[in-house]
Amino acid sequence: MLDVEGRISGSSPMSRGQVLEALRLMLLSRAVDDRLIKLQRMGRVGVYGPVHGQEAAVIGSAMALDPQRDWMVPASREHPAMLRHGLPLKNMFATYMGNFEAAAIPDGVRLLPRQQSIGAQLPHAAGLAWALKLRQVRGVVAVYFGEGASSEGDFHEASNLAGVMRVPLVMLLINNHYAISTPASRQSAAPSLARRAEGYGFPGFEVDGNDLLAVYATTLEAVNRALAGEGPTLIECRTYRMGFHNTSDNPKEYREPSEVAEAERRDPIERVRRYATAEGLWSTEQEATTMDEIRAEIDAAQAQVEELPRPGAASIFKHVYASLSPRLEQQRAEAIDEST
Amino acid sequence: MSPPAGERPELSILEAIREALFEEMGRDERVMVLGMDVGRLGGVFRVTRGLMERYGPDRVVDTPLAEASIVGASLGLAIGGMVPVAEIQFLGFTHQAFHQIGPQLARYRFRSRGRFNAQVTIRAPFGGGVRTPEFHPDAIEAQFSQAPGVKVVCPAFPDDAKGLLLEAIRDPDPVLYLEPQRLYRSIRGPVPAGDHTVPFGSSRLVRDGKDVVLIAWSAAVHLCLAAADQLALDGVEAAVLDLRSIVPLDVEGLVAAVQKSGKAVVVHEAPLTGGFGAEVIATIQQEAFGSLDAPIRRVAARDTPYPPGSLEDHYLPSVRRIVAAARETVAY
Repeated sequence: MLDVEGRISGSSPMSRGQVLEALRLMLLSRAVDDRLIKLQRMGRVGVYGPVHGQEAAVIGSAMALDPQRDWMVPASREHPAMLRHGLPLKNMFATYMGNFEAAAIPDGVRLLPRQQSIGAQLPHAAGLAWALKLRQVRGVVAVYFGEGASSEGDFHEASNLAGVMRVPLVMLLINNHYAISTPASRQSAAPSLARRAEGYGFPGFEVDGNDLLAVYATTLEAVNRALAGEGPTLIECRTYRMGFHNTSDNPKEYREPSEVAEAERRDPIERVRRYATAEGLWSTEQEATTMDEIRAEIDAAQAQVEELPRPGAASIFKHVYASLSPRLEQQRAEAIDEST
Repeated sequence: MSPPAGERPELSILEAIREALFEEMGRDERVMVLGMDVGRLGGVFRVTRGLMERYGPDRVVDTPLAEASIVGASLGLAIGGMVPVAEIQFLGFTHQAFHQIGPQLARYRFRSRGRFNAQVTIRAPFGGGVRTPEFHPDAIEAQFSQAPGVKVVCPAFPDDAKGLLLEAIRDPDPVLYLEPQRLYRSIRGPVPAGDHTVPFGSSRLVRDGKDVVLIAWSAAVHLCLAAADQLALDGVEAAVLDLRSIVPLDVEGLVAAVQKSGKAVVVHEAPLTGGFGAEVIATIQQEAFGSLDAPIRRVAARDTPYPPGSLEDHYLPSVRRIVAAARETVAY
């Protein structure tokens, strides 16, 4: 719907306010990437995988959800979607700054934790959507995963179960074309991953994942299908991981500069910026003001995490079970003793 | 033999499990049963027979043949407010779901810092002695003792089968509930009517004796009881301790049972090396070294893959091997 020059074909599925909200989230996402990479280089963050390049896919889909009604099940590179769904920025910084207590998802936010075991969140999402259906709770579950995860058995099992049970699930396959160094062409011989949906008995759509409006419109349609009781939808958002897999990766070892240059030409943020400017919604002055606000928000989130007490030995015994067995009580006492 | 009028008939383990499911589904409408063939057929062993007719196909669900998604979806169902009791047709098929049990189900409370708990029970029959093909009898319970966050319970009697299952379904944390398939119909016993729970981490001294204690769980408890009968013919008084759950482990009960005679034999159906018996013995030597009068012996399955059913007697622990180990221990 938005070409690389930011020209729209047809009318926008997003209101002016939504376009501005999305653009702000995209700018926030990239600023968060920059800050966390910087902190990682300073030794204050362990490992970080930037969203860089995938902002339209991640934010466009999240914008089609109602955080008061719908659940989000992330993989691990969807921070702006999680923020939009209600995760405070402070909690996101705590995740990467090693404070797992402060990283917890607050009560009431319909969001599951990040998933580091590739694809393992897919059956959880199918089960959660199944529970909504059984309990007749109005809402959908949106689950994120990559093209690498689509090679996992969990993808197949979850898709199949979701189809059989006809659950309100929106499956967002963010095809960023790389699983660390492995290109999408090595994940599957099929030209389209979206078309796999047919094999599970529900529709699948391919969308330009760098087109905010197209991702939003397609996701909204899937959400409405799910709410109407018509079951799951698979959406393959074709995008490109412009940055590295994470801060320990060097993509120059496995991909050509020309390929990255082409991706930069198709930058998802630049398109929205041009579109919003042409529509009279955006200006360089507004961007400068917004960036100042974003930097202040990030500074505040980082400072809040830095001021928090570091979790100690006792915290690793919290939340293993609802209550500790005598053996775990003993280990806890030993660990606390050792650390003081 | 029919019971006297007015008295409740004894139940088999299978009937006790079924009774617990019927009662708990009636008590708590969030409880649902899911798995392969559990609905219309009532399960390959008929444990869940009648449940679908009573509670309907939304709460008793025949799933696709896919173990990882049965477990993974159960976690999602629990987050969504249901209380799933998943059946994995045989414990050996949890190999196909292992990544959803240890790394996911067991760790979800921890990973979410208590925001989400996984009130999920996984029922799975296991154990040898009934000539099943490989995978069906695999005793891999020790593997789950290395997955902190999940509990592992293994009843050997009908009353415990009911009591531990009700406890498992109500436990806010995930529980792997192991059913001794060889005993499903062969053991009968009194089972309390209505609400009856057995706390986890409480072992049960099922036979007292002053000369040696035989320690086991699940079907092996009955091998130990048979061995104790034989030993009694020679005047050896063997106690039998049923651990009932391996996670959590009843360290206190274990130590008390060993201290009585200072002699112990541990019996399990899993292969010897790295079996849960090793953990039991390590615990005893640390907590009750002073009271030991003999090395603790293990009677276990052989360290080979599970053989064809026609050869399983060469593989599994037997009454003869337990009696021999107990005699050597007593004579030490």
